[in-house]
Amino acid sequence: MTGRETVLEVENLTVSFPTDDGLVRAVRGVGYELRRGEVLGIVGESGSGKSVTSMAVMGLLPASAKVGGSVRFRGQELIGAPDKAMRAIRGGRIAMVFQDPMTSLNPVHPVGDQIAEAVRAHNDVSASAARERAVELLAMMQIPRPRERARDYPHEFSGGMRQRVVIATAMANDPDVIIADEPTTALDVTVQAQVLRALETARAATGAAMVLITHDLGVVAGTADRVLVMYAGRPVELGGVDDIYYEPRMPYTLGLIGSLPRLDDARRGDRLVPITGSPPSLLEPPRGCPFAPRCPMRQEICETVEPELLTASASGPPPASPSGHLSASASDHLAACHFSADLEGRRPEDVFAPTSVDNAGGAR
Amino acid sequence: MLAYSFRRLLVSIPVIVASTFVVFLLVTLSGDPLANLKGRNPPPSPGVIAVEAQRLHLDEPPLQRYWTWITGVVRGDFGPSVRTNLDIGHEIVTRFGVTVRLIAVAVVLALALAVVVGVLSAVKQYSGIDYGFTFAAFLFLSMPSFWFAVLLKQGGISLNKLVGDQVVYTIGERSVVVEGGAWAQLADTAGHMVLPTISLALISFGAWSRFQRASMLDVLNSDYVLFARAKGLSRRRVVVRHALRTALIPMTTVTALDFASLISGAVIIETVFQWRGLGDFLVTSVDQRDAYAVLAWLLVVAVAVIVFNLIADLLYALLDPRIRYE
Amino acid sequence: MSDDSEAVVRRMSKPPAAVVVRQRGQGELVLRRFLRHKAAVISLVLFVAVVLLAFVGGALWRYDYADITSAASVPPSLEHPFGTDNLGHDTFAQVLRGTQRSIEIALLIAFLAGLLGTLWGAFSGYYRGITDSVMMRFADLVLTLPLLAVAAVLTRATSGSWWFVALVIAALQWAYVSRVVRGVVLSLREKEYVEASRALGATDRWIIFRHLIPNAFGPVIVNVTILVAAAILVETALSFLGLGVQPPDTSLGLLVSEADTAVSTRPWLFYFPGAFIVVIALTINFVGDGLRDAFDPTQRKVRA
Repeated sequence: MTGRETVLEVENLTVSFPTDDGLVRAVRGVGYELRRGEVLGIVGESGSGKSVTSMAVMGLLPASAKVGGSVRFRGQELIGAPDKAMRAIRGGRIAMVFQDPMTSLNPVHPVGDQIAEAVRAHNDVSASAARERAVELLAMMQIPRPRERARDYPHEFSGGMRQRVVIATAMANDPDVIIADEPTTALDVTVQAQVLRALETARAATGAAMVLITHDLGVVAGTADRVLVMYAGRPVELGGVDDIYYEPRMPYTLGLIGSLPRLDDARRGDRLVPITGSPPSLLEPPRGCPFAPRCPMRQEICETVEPELLTASASGPPPASPSGHLSASASDHLAACHFSADLEGRRPEDVFAPTSVDNAGGAR
Repeated sequence: MLAYSFRRLLVSIPVIVASTFVVFLLVTLSGDPLANLKGRNPPPSPGVIAVEAQRLHLDEPPLQRYWTWITGVVRGDFGPSVRTNLDIGHEIVTRFGVTVRLIAVAVVLALALAVVVGVLSAVKQYSGIDYGFTFAAFLFLSMPSFWFAVLLKQGGISLNKLVGDQVVYTIGERSVVVEGGAWAQLADTAGHMVLPTISLALISFGAWSRFQRASMLDVLNSDYVLFARAKGLSRRRVVVRHALRTALIPMTTVTALDFASLISGAVIIETVFQWRGLGDFLVTSVDQRDAYAVLAWLLVVAVAVIVFNLIADLLYALLDPRIRYE
Repeated sequence: MSDDSEAVVRRMSKPPAAVVVRQRGQGELVLRRFLRHKAAVISLVLFVAVVLLAFVGGALWRYDYADITSAASVPPSLEHPFGTDNLGHDTFAQVLRGTQRSIEIALLIAFLAGLLGTLWGAFSGYYRGITDSVMMRFADLVLTLPLLAVAAVLTRATSGSWWFVALVIAALQWAYVSRVVRGVVLSLREKEYVEASRALGATDRWIIFRHLIPNAFGPVIVNVTILVAAAILVETALSFLGLGVQPPDTSLGLLVSEADTAVSTRPWLFYFPGAFIVVIALTINFVGDGLRDAFDPTQRKVRA
């Protein structure tokens, strides 16, 4: 794990949108490092800012958005880069897979043409060579009869197949980073596995690092090496996948895990332990920890001082990094909670309560 | 694709038949065809009126009259005109070409202008260009066509005076005598067409450019355009090959729906510029209470609109692959 | 359970703090959005000014549209702000009268076409099936024929009393409204609250009038506004052709047709009536555009 080069570095990224009601602070200071071949899962509710972060990396935010901070791809600064430079990166070095396969593809052009187009945008090849590559990619994605299917229109494919076409497009130019923004959210559970496998194929074939954005913890568990949990526009916990799932150090993470239905252990049959309430408005983020209103562990300090992302693991102080700032190395586990130490060994039902009063079935 | 066309064609036929009913009803309700005759001074004798009534089949009950008329039409006979020397069928055929010329060129002009303006407005949303074009579009769609046509006519006359030569013509669709060969003929026709087609085009252009702008904006905000950008395509390619290609599709429907109002516009333009086309034919026929002439006109126009709509439907299916298999 | 955890469990029974964003009513939202559309607001003011000028000004003005004064073919002056025609009519009075007529006709058309179109579209969309097919085919048929032509044919039947002209135009324009309303009703009738209403025993009529039509209100208002502008253009065109409002009454279209030959010699007879038509139609169109933006919940405009 150590010694792999850093491909993408995000530092203190902020994104705000001016609206009629005021300035919406969608992203308030996100930072992470992505190494070659690594899979980073970004998890959070709708409105947590996870998609906006990726759009900022790609430079695809609307012109009215105000972006601050830094995003470096192999040392090249992306924020504020001219569109010409960004076009070389988009689709070529950093590729993206969007959420809804039903609307990602242009309905009036055959799918083969749309993949070939992506190839020709970054490589000086002939049209027929690009088309060949498109067929090759469709085959890699397990689309049957790829040569014929390349001439078909998107509406002639099912949702799962369309998403695989999108993934084929993303891997077409051997990118260094693939960002998958909720790739399975719009699809049936049975199709999800197909798509995840397709993503894995893409990663293996290109050797790319992957950022997998989702609100589904189940999807992340099987795929990611590291996980970044976002809430109200900020990262609230960052660590290896095992750390996050077995040793969460932030009540929100704990709550997320607790609200997952589990098939595997003795707690089957017990009520789920949800987190009550809803995320705060990003118009006027409250002072203090944004999760405080929903947090059973909140105390006075939580309502006045927003916790910083600090090392949470008991595995010792972070190794000094060359740049001097706190970077998340592979063994780091960071959490933003004043009481993260209190969470050691806690299970979700210790902190959150099931919603109804009657506990028949396993009161503790 | 073929099956689709055939089905649409089949559906059109009952619509045409229904429109013959409606058209006949309309004209029957529009008053007494003999009113002009009866209103003459001195009034003609009852005998003369009775003969005329019989010639126009007005002594028959309405249903029978309809049958007489429709069977005549199928055979190419559009019925007796109030203006006794007029062969309605022949007149319509001759004038048809004149009006088609006017409308066809105006449509092409209006469409081209609307697409360019609509796309520019959408791509540069909220810029000075957008506001300028928006105001121009609204101005033209609020402009009464007759007023604008007269204005252009005046402008044409002033232009000719300025240049000292008859560059644009303001009266008629062609000169009475044209010297020279085919080239001179063409130049003469073109000179006569300039002002009327511009009038007709600019009136339609207003509404169409707004529509194109809205359609383009919709498409520019769509997921597949975002995806196209994410692929790293050049801005021009995204706008033309992805956005415009899809945004143009609804324009076919809009043009089809507006066809009827284009015909109304042609009526006005022909009146102002004194073209001897179908539009002018309607106005004189209505004025003279020439029932069968009006009937013929309405029928021809109804069929034209239905055919045009059919073509637009087929064009739509051609442009949008999703429709073809329904 | 340790002491610590018990305390935690006790603490969690406090309800979460709610974020307060001001609740705004639907009407207020629409109004706010409309007011932000500068062109629409200016146009509304201008339109109201024109209406007041036509009706109040027309009543107060020293000349009536039918008065024949001694000054014939006089260019605009203080006495006759818009000049006079060859018979000595005061053009200003005539323009005001024409404006009155046009607005009366337009409002009547808006009311009739809006009413018939809404009912037609709502019933057609709600009942679907054969009823819908037949009703919509008929509406399509009405839309097939050129408005001007059909209106021209029908108005010949009576001698252009203004309300008949309005009736004729309305009898053709309702079809546009019905399509819009049908669209709205089709998309709404599948919603759960319609199901729930039916389950509670509501009659079809109740559902149509209490649930579906009020929701179509927005699109109907927008379409009717645009129809009004179109109606004014149609009426003036008809009058221009001599097939609309008849003399001795006057219409802006009639005034323009009478001035057709005099454009270069007595331009005031041509430009003033025409300009009024343009101003009226333009202001109504801008207001309609503003209304469309105001009623559209999918606003993506973000001002920096």
